[in-house]
Amino acid sequence: MSINVSFTLNGEAVSAHVASRTLLVEMIRERFGRTGTHVGCDTSQCGACVIHVDGRSVKSCTMLAAQADGTEIVTIEGVAKNGQLHPMQEAFREHHGLQCGFCTPGMIMSALDLVKQNPDPSEKEIREWLEGNLCRCTGYHNIVRAIKAGADSMRVG
Amino acid sequence: MTENGFGAAVRRKEDHRFITGLGQFVDDINRPHQLYAQIIRSPIAHGKINKVDVDAAIAMSGVVAVFTGADMAADGVGGIPCGWGITSKDGSPMVEPGHPPLAAECVRYVGDQVAVVLAETRAIARDAAELVDVDYAELPSVANLESASADGAPLVWDDAKGNICFDWEIGDKSATDAAFAGADQVVTIDIVNNRLIANAIEPRAAIGDYDAGKDEYTLYTTSQNPHVIRMLMGAFVLSIPEHKLRVIAPDVGGGFGSKICHYAEEAIVTWASRKVNRPVKWTADRSESFISDAHGRDHVSHAELAMSKDGDFLGLRVSTRANLGAYLSTFGPAVPTILYATLLAGSYKTPAIHAEVKAMFTHTVPVDSYRGAGRPEASYLLERLVDKAAKQTGIDPIELRRRNFIQPEDFPYQTPVALEYDTGDYDAAVVKAIELADYANFDQRREESAARGKLRGVGISTYIEACGIAPSNVAGALGARAGLYEVGTVRVNPTGSVTVLTGSHSHGQGHETTFAQLVVEALGVDFDNVDIVHGDTGKVPFGMGTYGSRSAAVGGVALMNALEKIRTKAKKIAAHLLEASEDDIEFKDGQLSVAGTDRSVAFGDVAMAAYVPHNYPLETLEPGLEETAFYDPKNFTFPAGCHICEVEVDPDTGVVQVVRFTAGDDFGRIINPMIVDGQVHGGVTQGIGQALYEQCVYDDSGQLLTGSMMDYCLPKADNVPNFAVTTNVTPCTHNVLGVKGCGEAGAIGSPSAVINAVLNALSDYNVDDLQMPATSERVWQAMQGNG
Repeated sequence: MSINVSFTLNGEAVSAHVASRTLLVEMIRERFGRTGTHVGCDTSQCGACVIHVDGRSVKSCTMLAAQADGTEIVTIEGVAKNGQLHPMQEAFREHHGLQCGFCTPGMIMSALDLVKQNPDPSEKEIREWLEGNLCRCTGYHNIVRAIKAGADSMRVG
Repeated sequence: MTENGFGAAVRRKEDHRFITGLGQFVDDINRPHQLYAQIIRSPIAHGKINKVDVDAAIAMSGVVAVFTGADMAADGVGGIPCGWGITSKDGSPMVEPGHPPLAAECVRYVGDQVAVVLAETRAIARDAAELVDVDYAELPSVANLESASADGAPLVWDDAKGNICFDWEIGDKSATDAAFAGADQVVTIDIVNNRLIANAIEPRAAIGDYDAGKDEYTLYTTSQNPHVIRMLMGAFVLSIPEHKLRVIAPDVGGGFGSKICHYAEEAIVTWASRKVNRPVKWTADRSESFISDAHGRDHVSHAELAMSKDGDFLGLRVSTRANLGAYLSTFGPAVPTILYATLLAGSYKTPAIHAEVKAMFTHTVPVDSYRGAGRPEASYLLERLVDKAAKQTGIDPIELRRRNFIQPEDFPYQTPVALEYDTGDYDAAVVKAIELADYANFDQRREESAARGKLRGVGISTYIEACGIAPSNVAGALGARAGLYEVGTVRVNPTGSVTVLTGSHSHGQGHETTFAQLVVEALGVDFDNVDIVHGDTGKVPFGMGTYGSRSAAVGGVALMNALEKIRTKAKKIAAHLLEASEDDIEFKDGQLSVAGTDRSVAFGDVAMAAYVPHNYPLETLEPGLEETAFYDPKNFTFPAGCHICEVEVDPDTGVVQVVRFTAGDDFGRIINPMIVDGQVHGGVTQGIGQALYEQCVYDDSGQLLTGSMMDYCLPKADNVPNFAVTTNVTPCTHNVLGVKGCGEAGAIGSPSAVINAVLNALSDYNVDDLQMPATSERVWQAMQGNG
């Protein structure tokens, strides 16, 4: 069965007919070509697919596209504005918070939701928040530093 | 130091695309009119294939084709080759079974490929795969080393009696026996090196794309070494001449060794693409990764250390059984032999060493390299054994190590197990590490932990490893079926920007930055005017890729040699332009000057002159400014270091938390300290994962119980502390960069430091031994006396 799904994707109104079982991440990657959102597992563990749906971080591999109808979606491609990196993106670069880059979009999207809820998170709070985001390269050390620095500049900025 | 040159913590060029979501991983690539492949895999560990009924699947709307092993065999498709041959101690070659990409007669592990469905969408391919009906006659199986070794055990391969692939040895047995006969004391240990799954966060993927017009194939694949895949798949499996096969490994989301191997799926999509004349794309889901990516480690060992009454090491005897899985993976046989037993001298002057390794087949996923590949197994065994010796003799563990260290004046040092270490200063790393770890005040921290009801322990390891396997002729004599050099091409463009083509492959290591730093240092060009191209056999000369911490020590040196050729030619051109003698030209900071004068020409102008050779010595010099170097190292490099771990154990639950971790490493000279620190953080975390969390578990029938990220425990952010890292530098003596390699050290040095720390924390509990992973249950049971 095919259904029509419409939402706002990084500020742009989009719409598509998809099979009703289509996952949100599939729709974003395959119908709209926004491939910055990644799929790293099939059990909601890794967090490479984290996006924002109506301002909250969500694992887009665990949500049907149909459930996103009428929502406002932001993916990693929508974080930088007018060619200007977001302070959190800049912090990941500055603090070497990424190596292979595969988990990075999910990490950044997750970090942005953390800072929204807790503008000045402690190291411990950052580590606990990242429970749903796996990284196999960095050992998290520099991701934690990056998120702390990103939060600091967002407060200042 | 030049800004952005050698030694600078330059921020990475590659980051921008990854933090903005513009990286291009294989699954991000789509080819026009592509089909989606779904592999049908064996659900049983061992069985005969009676019949594969594909009728219902083919009848499904949207299905284009279903192929089986019989179809591939009918096309004359060859087996997946093994890249390393080992000879048993009786002189016989290892048992080397055939490995068809799709099994036609028999399946030998859960996950073995049986058939492939090609369909218009991924969803249709998955649905149709459910309709492929394979009739198996299930056969008895062996799921682990113990059952494979039992009398009368079912055989994985009929010609591998006792399931033994090879029975290999290294070292002088009689000298070692003599050392034990003369020893005052002997320490023994039994070690299980737990089986692991690499779990790069990007699952493997492959797209085969056949161009009928040109009769050419392109394979996009998640590989650490695209040229190796082109050679193995083109020459051995599909008989495609290399000039008709292009392999592209674009952005790759982590490898850790698991993406070295040539996998069946690469051959299946490439072959199938020609069969249906459409591109064919396959992407593993994570469940598939668990049962198809090469696994790592899985050794069981017994070791004995002979000592004098003063604690001098006299001899080491090691007996290891290694699980190779059901088939030989690309470098599977090299891991428990050449990459393992040759490292058993560690940092110590043990004069006699003998090791024997029985490699065995089991009905499990093939086993191959995982970060460190053999060296973590050697280091873990040795550093656990030395700690046990310290406990048994009552000598302080650091003092016992120091007493036996190879000293700086001993280099070059020939070990009893084939390697010749070129340089090092092991005590210097210990001094740095214990200072950074504030080791002197550990007792105070232990009391603080005790006040909170926690048992605190400290553990140390002093590891050594060998990187950049070389030289090729020696590796060949040891069984390598490939060269182990690397290639670098420097293409100076007419306007002075530089394109580097390297055979190394970056999948997180940051070559696009560090290799550019080498160019900046050598040519004085702007960092932003350097581009590093890798991962495409259509662009890059034949190179061997990235594994074994070889990129800087082999690929970086190849690049340096090519840069030196550019410098030499640029000086000749400058000499002509400046009407001076070539010997008088100085090349510094991007300017070529006549020594002692103010006459100079910018490197960019030299480049332009090379491509617009109007004023140019055409009689003696070719136009253009592009040079290539192939570099085959004289020896391995030998990073070493000291890791110190502190843990807290909760006595009520057995939960272990790493609370401090310090690494003092010697990687030789360092191109980018920020990147090196990051490699250590990641490596140590994988080592902590092995020590405390990760374990691949099969049940007795060969079913993988840890088949998802819910069951296989990867370290999370709150499982690890911040890391304290420092380096001591003894430059490698045999390469121009003085570099050694840093990618694997973290995973090599850390597991023993962690377990030694846990045992230290349990020192009041009479716990002698603890196998990895030291899960809360295992620790708690050991504390109850049930270890």
